Amino acid sequence: MKLQTYFSRIALSLIVSLVANTTLSAQTIAITGGKVYPISGPAIEGGTVLIVDGKISAVGSNVSIPAGAQRIDATGRIVTPGFINSSTELGVQEIAAVSDTRDMSARGKDNIAAAFTVWDGLNPNSVLLAPARKDGITSFVVMPTGGLVAGQAAIVDVVPGTTTDMIIRAPVAMVAEIGDPQAAGVSARGELMVKLRELLEDTKFFQTHRQAFDRAQTRTFVASRLDLEAMIPVIEGRIPLVVTVDREADIDAALRLAREFNLKLMIAGGAEAWMMADRLAAAHVPVLTGAMNNIPADFAALGQRQENAALLSKAGVPVALIGNAGGGDEETFNVRNIKQEAGNAIAYGMNWEAALRAVTLTPAEIFGVSDRVGSLQPGREANVVVWSGDPFEFTTRAEHVLVRGREYHDKTRQDLLMERYRNLPATHNAPPM
Amino acid sequence: MRAPFCLLLAVVTACASAAPSTSRSPTPARDSAAAAIGLGSTSTPNANPFPSTYKPFPSRTTVIRNVNILTAAGPTIRNGAILMQNGKIAAVGATVAAPADAVVIDGAGRYVTPGIIDDHSHLGVYAAPGGNALSDGNEATNPVTPQVWAEHSVWPQDPQFPRNLAGGITTLQVLPGSANLFGGRSVVLKVVPGRTVQEMKFPGAKYGLKMACGENPKRVYGNRGGPQTRMGNVAGYRAAWIRAADYRRKWDKWNADHKGDPPTRDLGLETLAEVLRGNILVHMHCYRADEMAQMIDIAHEFGYKIRSFHHGVEAYKIADLLAKEGIGASVWADWGSFKMEAIDAVKGNMALVNHAGARVIVHSDDPSGSQRLNQEAAKAMAAGAEIGLPISEDEAIKWLTINPAWALDLDDKIGSLEPGKNADVILWSGDPFSVYSRPDKVWIDGALLYDRSDPSEQWRTDFELGFVPFTGTSR
Repeated sequence: MKLQTYFSRIALSLIVSLVANTTLSAQTIAITGGKVYPISGPAIEGGTVLIVDGKISAVGSNVSIPAGAQRIDATGRIVTPGFINSSTELGVQEIAAVSDTRDMSARGKDNIAAAFTVWDGLNPNSVLLAPARKDGITSFVVMPTGGLVAGQAAIVDVVPGTTTDMIIRAPVAMVAEIGDPQAAGVSARGELMVKLRELLEDTKFFQTHRQAFDRAQTRTFVASRLDLEAMIPVIEGRIPLVVTVDREADIDAALRLAREFNLKLMIAGGAEAWMMADRLAAAHVPVLTGAMNNIPADFAALGQRQENAALLSKAGVPVALIGNAGGGDEETFNVRNIKQEAGNAIAYGMNWEAALRAVTLTPAEIFGVSDRVGSLQPGREANVVVWSGDPFEFTTRAEHVLVRGREYHDKTRQDLLMERYRNLPATHNAPPM
Repeated sequence: MRAPFCLLLAVVTACASAAPSTSRSPTPARDSAAAAIGLGSTSTPNANPFPSTYKPFPSRTTVIRNVNILTAAGPTIRNGAILMQNGKIAAVGATVAAPADAVVIDGAGRYVTPGIIDDHSHLGVYAAPGGNALSDGNEATNPVTPQVWAEHSVWPQDPQFPRNLAGGITTLQVLPGSANLFGGRSVVLKVVPGRTVQEMKFPGAKYGLKMACGENPKRVYGNRGGPQTRMGNVAGYRAAWIRAADYRRKWDKWNADHKGDPPTRDLGLETLAEVLRGNILVHMHCYRADEMAQMIDIAHEFGYKIRSFHHGVEAYKIADLLAKEGIGASVWADWGSFKMEAIDAVKGNMALVNHAGARVIVHSDDPSGSQRLNQEAAKAMAAGAEIGLPISEDEAIKWLTINPAWALDLDDKIGSLEPGKNADVILWSGDPFSVYSRPDKVWIDGALLYDRSDPSEQWRTDFELGFVPFTGTSR
């Protein structure tokens, strides 16, 4: 029932965005002359990306450009798909220390909040969205956090409008945190796995005994009806279970559980994932990780190192680069910094193209939306960035950012503040937006 | 007031470069009366009960040739050379003469900079692997704790130290946390292996006093007797300074005439009195522009100086005031929005502060960020370019080196590549403001303490042995 709600919501959002696209961006744009990285194929020198009505209609070196098309000259520039941040609280955490603005953690029941749909709290008017887009982040996965089962994640585009307009797909994953027994409400790692196993078994039982459940003729379950309902796509392997976990032994335990229940597993954080890179590759388990943390920050992350992403990538593990540099609470202010993670991943051994893929097509693939975003191919949303140079270098600017075929030149709240205080003392009249 | 301090400097510096000192205190001889009572019961300016026992590590005369040098003291030298001898910079220039036995390094395509200085670190006091057992940075039992000294919390086996060295940090100031109005004394450390914190202490460095304004103290103490408000914070600072002024007057009088019983020694007031005497530098955690202006007024009221505002995300709003007062801005490149007093953070903060003529310092407050302060500076340079305030590499390198050296009052010893200064030097694999560049080698006082090409020689703390897998690769 709950799922039907999601699907109808997705259908609705599709309709809404299609309507919006036809009204707002019924236009043709040709980005010409740049070095184009479609990601789905080899780079094209002097390539053209043709956009019609918000979608990519052609990519190549010999694309005929319709008369009247708006042209963006990308000569000497690099053209890529818009970047995807695969794990953020953007939109659900505006100011970490102001509880009013925090919506990423559900109370749940006994540390299980599988039914929690984090995107229902996503604030499309967050002042942190425009800075992200301005720096080339065009989509992001909004993740719930906390407890044992944190809830469901969604992937959205950074477009104006409502949350409904933003959603690409929801849910795209169930999120569980299995690295911290205390946070899961148990006192040992093994007990944590017992609890997770019990939830999965109850979900299976619930799935096949719904009528009995409705007649109150089943035993008591570990989770509520809605939580069990939400877990069904997980046990059916229709959405991945993202487990936040660092320690090698915990990753191994997650792999066992995934085999036992035939789950589609994904690792987030994964400080020690490099220690089992071959097994993760063999099990086709993607890892979301960063490249800017080498601190043995707790006893579950003693093996943390900056080569993690490179080693996983070389072993054939699908890697999506996320922020993990520590600090944490300022993460939503710095959604752009996955570019810096990528640059550091390269400095610590990752292949440049692999790093680029890790912020574009790989996230789209592992979250099941590669038919919509993540590459420059006909039919995909026209989420495109023209970079002044290597996208991972600090000196590089995102000169043109297009989301669903519309170019944005954002003036952010930060920009307004900087204009006001450029010359001191400042004047305090209302600046033009 | 300056004379005893110079004496102290001379004694300690001498200790560092020659034989270990047997002297426990550099207290001037005229204080024999105090010595008779027992040094521990008297309050003496610039007392040094926990003296540095740092000794430079063995070094070899080294010349790096054919290398790009950002000196932090002038324009970039392209394809130049630098000579390190006896722990000091001996020569820097287009060419330098080097003795025949010097180690010669070809720096083609690479860069040399001064060692990076982080004036806001919690290494050792919030050591990895974290948890309560190693959480030693905030004495959050009272909002006024100037009596605590960060060095008494520093764990020299914190594995974050070698990681910071590998990121090019050669000197750092370890501060207490920001729970308290007065958090305690800081300590300046060289990022070197040591069995004791004394072996890491920068000889002759002044102490700092950590103070904090705004949300943190009122959050921590709001329901624990106060302060509960910002006005409560200000009342707390002023009450403490009034007592400190009184204490200083009494002790200065007794130290001058030794008449009658000495006043009762108070560790907290002693620290504050040393600030009033100009012997300890104030490092003030403060986010908002309006609060920084109030802290400046309080400093004027009691006659002390604030050396640098730390975390001043709104420094750009009062950069003219900071320039006029000669106060540094120790700030992040792009942290913001994590609490209410951080919502006006802008990525152009450093560029705007620089534009107004105030002193920019790239700081970390983070054991991970400090390993990449060069990248933080690079982000701030990009933000400057975006608002039409381009920052040259020659300017940005100062934010990482000579400016924090000034914040610690050590700019006569470290922070730039000039003859006579300590040979704290980084050889980078490429342009230090590129995301792809990493330190290849790091020298402190001329001793090669980090070499990326030789993992087996890299510093591993006691903690890491066994616990942390040795990967045989560079950090």
